[in-house]
Amino acid sequence: MRVVVVSVFTTTALLAQQSALDPAGANATAIRDLGAFFLGLLGLIFLMVIVLALIPLTGRHHGIEQEPLARTHRPSERTESKLGTAVGFATAITIVILIGLVIVSVSVGKSAIGTLDRTHSLVIEITGNQWWWYIRYPNDNASLIVVTANELHIPIGRPVMIRGTSNDVIHSFWVPNLQGKRDLIPSRVTTEWFQADRPGRFRGQCAEFCGLQHAHMGLWVVAEPPDQFEKWMAHQREAAVPPSDRVKQRGQEVFLGAACVLCHAIQGTSAAAQMGPDLTHFGSRSTIAAGTLPNNKGNLAGWIADPQNVKPGTHMATVPIKAEDIQPLIEYLESLQ
Amino acid sequence: MTPMLREPVDAQHDIAEHRMLDRVWQGSRGVIGWLSVTTHQQIGKRYIVTAFLFLLLGGIEALLMRLQLATPDNTFLDPARYNQIFTLHGTTMMFLFAVPVMEGMGVYLVPLMVGTRNVAFPRLNAFGYWMYLAGGLFLYGAALTNTISDAGWFAYPPLSGPRFSVGKGVDVWAQMITFTEVSALCVAVELIVTILRMRAPGMSLNRMPLFCWAMLVQSCMIIFAMPAVMVASTVFLLNDRTIGTHFVNPAEGGDPLLYQHIFWFFGHPEVYIIFIPTLGMVSSILETHSRREVFGYPAIVLSMVGNGFIAFGLWVHHMFATGLPQIGEAYFTAASMMIAVTSGIQIFCWLATLWTGRLQMTAAMHFVFGFIFIFVMGGMTGVMLASIPLDLQVHDTFFLVAHFHYVLIGGALFPLFGGFHYWFPKFTGHMIDERLGKTAFWILFSGFNLTFFPMHLVGLLGMPRRVYTYPADLGWARDNFLATAGAFAILLGGVIFIANVFKSVKNDAAAESDPWEAGTVEWAAASPPANYNFINLPIVSSRTPLWTESKDRGVVVGLRNDRREVLVTTLLDAAPRHRYELPGSSIWPFITALGLTIGLVGSVTYFSGYYVASVLGMIGLIGWFWPTQPLEKKP
Amino acid sequence: MRFFACCFLIAVTGCQRERRDLRPAPPDTALLGIASRQSELEPGGPQSQPSASNPFHGNAFAISEGQRLFGWYNCSGCHANGGGGIGPPLIKQEWTYGGEPSNLFDTIVKGRPNGMPTWGGRIPEYQVWQLVSYIQSLNNQQPKAATAVRVDILQTDPHTIITRQEESK
Repeated sequence: MRVVVVSVFTTTALLAQQSALDPAGANATAIRDLGAFFLGLLGLIFLMVIVLALIPLTGRHHGIEQEPLARTHRPSERTESKLGTAVGFATAITIVILIGLVIVSVSVGKSAIGTLDRTHSLVIEITGNQWWWYIRYPNDNASLIVVTANELHIPIGRPVMIRGTSNDVIHSFWVPNLQGKRDLIPSRVTTEWFQADRPGRFRGQCAEFCGLQHAHMGLWVVAEPPDQFEKWMAHQREAAVPPSDRVKQRGQEVFLGAACVLCHAIQGTSAAAQMGPDLTHFGSRSTIAAGTLPNNKGNLAGWIADPQNVKPGTHMATVPIKAEDIQPLIEYLESLQ
Repeated sequence: MTPMLREPVDAQHDIAEHRMLDRVWQGSRGVIGWLSVTTHQQIGKRYIVTAFLFLLLGGIEALLMRLQLATPDNTFLDPARYNQIFTLHGTTMMFLFAVPVMEGMGVYLVPLMVGTRNVAFPRLNAFGYWMYLAGGLFLYGAALTNTISDAGWFAYPPLSGPRFSVGKGVDVWAQMITFTEVSALCVAVELIVTILRMRAPGMSLNRMPLFCWAMLVQSCMIIFAMPAVMVASTVFLLNDRTIGTHFVNPAEGGDPLLYQHIFWFFGHPEVYIIFIPTLGMVSSILETHSRREVFGYPAIVLSMVGNGFIAFGLWVHHMFATGLPQIGEAYFTAASMMIAVTSGIQIFCWLATLWTGRLQMTAAMHFVFGFIFIFVMGGMTGVMLASIPLDLQVHDTFFLVAHFHYVLIGGALFPLFGGFHYWFPKFTGHMIDERLGKTAFWILFSGFNLTFFPMHLVGLLGMPRRVYTYPADLGWARDNFLATAGAFAILLGGVIFIANVFKSVKNDAAAESDPWEAGTVEWAAASPPANYNFINLPIVSSRTPLWTESKDRGVVVGLRNDRREVLVTTLLDAAPRHRYELPGSSIWPFITALGLTIGLVGSVTYFSGYYVASVLGMIGLIGWFWPTQPLEKKP
Repeated sequence: MRFFACCFLIAVTGCQRERRDLRPAPPDTALLGIASRQSELEPGGPQSQPSASNPFHGNAFAISEGQRLFGWYNCSGCHANGGGGIGPPLIKQEWTYGGEPSNLFDTIVKGRPNGMPTWGGRIPEYQVWQLVSYIQSLNNQQPKAATAVRVDILQTDPHTIITRQEESK
């Protein structure tokens, strides 16, 4: 039965992105399996109740057939006591089943959700903002800290612990392929752990209503083999790629001379503001504006020229940039690999 | 001559009685008279009609939402407008429709069912209605000026705080809650007293109709739950927004989770407050249309009471994702699953009734079967949600939206519509068209399932709730489109129901007082009941008095017919205690409500509004309680 | 008829406060050249000046955005939350360069001697008006219904929160 249910689930989950039905790690798998078990058992019970409710409509039941409809009747004492036994029996079974479900659920919760010993896990700090994700890989050695935004990489086969908070309103970190969700609450730190067991790119989304652009607060989790992950981390620690030609040089000048520096940081330049996403390695990310648009030059131009068109209500200012400066700016930003 | 319980206007002296009672119980005419009504049938009908209008408004909001979500990256509504509309939809349905309509059904039916002439506090009843109406008009009046909350019907801070929700929308929302909760508290108090002290002689507690038990449990729950939401919305949120307190402001040491705890301490019992009355309605309908008393009366009563208690121990299941300690959360898992037992016992008893009954498949019974299907499915997804690992995946997704619509629409709306069809002759004096009723049922049932069933899947596929749009490449488009199509089917079903109501009211055939040959006492009154309900209050000796032989049915004689007099009976056995004179029509409840409204509406912007409310309210209350009789009677 | 006129009036006043202009009119760089008057005297006859009134007066969204930008653009670095520090306070009766909305606009856009940076050409013009609206609200010059009650900004950055919680374990 469970096999049938699970296969029904997986066939409908062909598009595996952001799906709780296509787990990529032990946590989400445990939840999916628990869900399949619950669905099977409860679905059966539901069908039984419906059948029991519909049988009286067929007329083949223990009604008093002889009396006319208008008259009321009282079934015999024997019938009533048999009904009483049946109801009592059903209640007892219900209680037993529910107690069983509680026990199963709590035990799966302990293994799939419970807080892990942190010494072996990779700690990532996530801060929710309206409407993007600030991501920081802490380290006791300050030169090894990585700060990025909206896209996080994790090594497969190693537990990852998320320590989360929020800068403004309540958000919720949720990557369905990997784990359940955890709210990000201002002035509190919430924690969650998960582990990816296969490589892939998994989309997540904010799951607590956080204002105008709650719908466009996505994030990407890239799970990769440990050596690739270490390479990525090393690259992230480096300062931004310096402009390699005249056009990109001009783009950097435009960036530093416009309102961009008031909110964004690019390591290795004088731009060091923390209000918006860190752009040091912006070119290497797959999306713009927290999963809203694929990262390419056309979309980036549209985003910078008119952010309110893409994400109405976003806090990104509509910065006035001269037409001849847009192309160099785009070239420069996309070069920040 | 033995006074007859049915057809009171047959006998000569009954006509004279009728005239005297009618004159005493009739209000005055004109606008002042309309504003001074204190009879429960009128006020009950007002509640129901007003709530129904809000249901239509909430339904329109739902259709707008579904139109926006029908296709990915849709631009029908911008995000600000969408957020406002889903906030209005939730607020309207929960605060302005669901609870008031149950109050209305209770206010109308409880005095009839317990065999008395009015509720215990008629002027309080009127006051409650005016406060409810004022709250609804306040919210929608502000909406006309574009002052609409967009923080969701639950308004979590800090999003609903002064920094992130600008303007007066959330303030209006928070103060509207004061109106609706005061109204609910008024009805709760008067129903409890009516049920416990004004039952017909002989109607001991174990002979009381199950609907009255449901209203009793619901009213007690209201008294404990409603103050919590007033604290959360008015004391915490509104004060944080208007006078600079920091109850739930994390920047200055407040705690957003405090708001969530207090809100959900109300919020979970709220949904039971909404559907426990409908459980009573199901019992009434089933009893009559199975031609037998509902099986397991004591079990059902104890289950409803158990439901009421356990409901207060579940609220943290709305907060499983907030990182509270796992051991504590596990307790709420257990409690949330255990409440399925109390609901389950009632379902089993109803199944037993169905199995040993002779069924009349009226439109009302169709809705009861629809209820069983939809509510039980909602209950199953509820058990899934009680499990923390599962909840952490599907919380705040469309799976949850599907779940609560299944339990709310299946558990509350379907039995309510069944109740509308069942008690239609009593309310209006006409029979409702059964064929149209069944058509409406089938369209509503199919439309509902088409709308909400696909939401289970799309939630599991990762679609969060409260999003104004979604990307095209995640595979959510098909299920959203189906849901929108279903929403229009629901609209069609609703339209057919409304058309049925209007058509049936116009047809010539008048209903008799007991067209269904039912057993409980409300069917002894005329259809519609006279404003005094019964010429002679009934005396009961069983749970289904109208099914016992007529020569065994006695009536109460001797109550005065020149003033509004009722009989007060004892708590457990309903032995007669003393007569009690109820107040007549009075304008003062309206004036008091008006004064409070003026003050509370102003308080959203100016704190002095509270002082204005106090003063004007006090004036109203002085008029209300001004004595009309001397303290001592002269010998 | 009168009833509907009243409703209309109420609707209009509410609309002004509740409106959210996410994409205000494109920047008009000509306005950056306005020298708003600080003196009553002028040589010759009166000349017409393009007016520079605050387009966001009474708008709650603009005041709230101004509050946000006040923190984001680090105005509080010199002016604290209006009380001043390195820079002068912004809650006062006597303004050095004039306290009218157009004067405030000018100050922000052009900068001033002794430390006020030039923001013109860097941030869009509608954001300057939002900042002006916020400063006016600090001085009780905006309608009470549109003004937020208090500053709600978390004072510490998230990394500090997380570290502090760790240290306390």
